[in-house]
Amino acid sequence: MINTTVEIAGVKLRNPVMTCSGTFGVADEMAEFTDVSKLGGITTKGIAPDPWEGNPVPRVAEVPGGMLNAIGLQNAGVDSYIENDVPILEKLDTVVMANVVGHTPEEYVEVVKKLRNIDAVKLLEINISCPNVSSGGAAIGTDPELAERVTYMCKEVATQPVIMKLSPNVTDITKIARACEKAGADGLSLINSITGMKIDINKRTFAIANKTGGLSGPALKPVALRMVYQTVNAVSIPVIGMGGITNAEDALEFIMAGATAVSIGMATFHDPDAAIKTVQGIEKFMEENDISDINQIRGCVK
Amino acid sequence: MKKKISSRVIFNKKLTGDVFELSLEAPEITKEFKAGQFVMLYLEDGVHLLPRPISICDGESGVLRLVIRKVGYGTDYFSKLSTGDEISILGPLGNSFALSHGSSVIFGGGVGIPPMLCTAKALYEKYSEKVTAVLGFRDSNTFLTEDFTEYADVIICTDDGSLGERGNVIEVARRLNLNGDNIYACGPVPMLRGVKEYSAEIGASAQISLEERMACGVGVCLGCVVKTADINDHSKVKNARVCKDGPVFFANEVEI
Repeated sequence: MINTTVEIAGVKLRNPVMTCSGTFGVADEMAEFTDVSKLGGITTKGIAPDPWEGNPVPRVAEVPGGMLNAIGLQNAGVDSYIENDVPILEKLDTVVMANVVGHTPEEYVEVVKKLRNIDAVKLLEINISCPNVSSGGAAIGTDPELAERVTYMCKEVATQPVIMKLSPNVTDITKIARACEKAGADGLSLINSITGMKIDINKRTFAIANKTGGLSGPALKPVALRMVYQTVNAVSIPVIGMGGITNAEDALEFIMAGATAVSIGMATFHDPDAAIKTVQGIEKFMEENDISDINQIRGCVK
Repeated sequence: MKKKISSRVIFNKKLTGDVFELSLEAPEITKEFKAGQFVMLYLEDGVHLLPRPISICDGESGVLRLVIRKVGYGTDYFSKLSTGDEISILGPLGNSFALSHGSSVIFGGGVGIPPMLCTAKALYEKYSEKVTAVLGFRDSNTFLTEDFTEYADVIICTDDGSLGERGNVIEVARRLNLNGDNIYACGPVPMLRGVKEYSAEIGASAQISLEERMACGVGVCLGCVVKTADINDHSKVKNARVCKDGPVFFANEVEI
C-alpha cells in the first residue's frame, strides 16, 4: 500500500498532482475529457472583483517546447464565480484552490472577503505574479514590500489558507518568498510564466497582440525547478511547484527538489489526461522503487 | 468521455497548390460530428506542443475527410503524412450550424469551403432540397466543387474571372440577386463581413464559422475569443470562445 496523500496548510490532497490556474476551467468543460476525481486538486482561473475583459487577440502563440499566452486575466468576476462556478465546484471530488487577482491590493482583499467561508474553496492562490497585466500584478510580485503587504492584507480577512503565487520575473525569488512567509503566507506556489516574445517574420508583426506573453511548457522547466529548489531552501512553508511539468518524471524532480505538491498546466493542452497520467506514473515509480510514502522523498535532493 | 485517439491515415491527396485532403480512420468522430465542428490534430515531436484546429469537411462510414491548406509548420507536417501513418486527434469539438428550413445559401471562401461541404450535405439530407452554394477562389485552382454538386446548385467565383463568375462571393451574390432565408458561411474575415452586410440587406439569418489562434481548443484557456455584440452569459464580458461557444455564431452576435 503506497501513500500519496500530501498536506498543504492543513488541507489534505489525495495525491500531489494539481492543475494550474487558467488551464482547466472549473472542470466542467474538462469533465468531458478527463476524470477530475483522480487528481489531488485543481486551481480555478484568477478571479477579480468585477468581470475583466482581458487582452485583444491573438492571445496565444506556440514556441519551441511551449507557448506564450497573454490572455490578460479575462474572468467573469467574483460574484459570477460564487453564483455560477461554486455550485459546479461543490460537486467535484477533488480539492479546489481559487486563484485571486486584482489591480490593487484592495481588490485582492475584496475577492478574498467574498470567498470567506465558501466551503467548496479549500485554498486561495493569490496571483501577484501574472506578467500580463499592465498595473498591479507585475509590480506586486516583483517588490518584496508590496508582496508582504498584500500577503498580510489577505491573511487578515481570509478564512481559507493563503498561498502566494510567485513571479519568476525577478532577480531573486527567495526575497519575495521570505517576505510572503514573514507576512504569514500559509504556502507558496511557483513559478508563474516568464515573459517572452515571438515575431512573425512574414507578417512582420508580434505573434501576440500584447507584444509579450508568458512562456509556459517544457521550455520553462529548468528555470522553474531551480527556483522551486531555491525557494524551498529559503522558507519553511509548503511549496507547490509548477512550470513545464508534463509527466511523472518531471513531477518527481520537483518533489525531490522539495515541492509538497505540483501543478500541471500547458501539458493538458497537449493531452487532456496529462495530469491523471502523472498521478499514475508517480504511483508506479513509488511501487518500483519501494517508496511507501510520497513524503519520504520530498526534498531528498539537496 | 472524449479522448485523444490515434487515427490511421487512409490517404493523403494533393488537391491544388498548397491544399491537400487527408482521409483518416476515425469512426468515433464520424458517427458523432455535426456540420460546423472541428478536430484538433497533434504533432508528437516534443517541440510543437499545441494541436492544430481543422474543420471537418465530411465524415461517413468511419472515414473522416479533412481538407487542409499548408500555412505553417503543423499543416506542413500533416501534408507529408502517408497511408498507414498514425496521427493523434481529438474531436469533434465546437458547436455546429443550426440547420433551418427555408431557402438556403451557402458561402464558402477558399479554405473556408471544406466545412461547407458537410453543411450542404446535412441540409440536403434533412430537407431533401438542394441549396445554393457560392464558392469563391482566387483563380481556377479550385477544389471540392464537384463534391458539392450532389447537394447544391454550385456557383463558382474566381477573383480573376478565369473560371465561373468573376468577383468575390458577395459581389457575385449581389449581381445574381441571390436571395434566401438562411445563410451559412465560412471563409476569410473580409468575406464574412460581406456576408454579415449582405444578410442584413436581404433580411436573411446568417451563421458564420470563425477561426482564431487556439491553445486548448476546449474552452478552458480563453485564448481564442471573439468580440460579441452583447455581454456573453458565460464570460460576463463581451467575449465568446471560438472553440467552445463557436466556431459558428450568428453574424449579428459577433463583431468582426
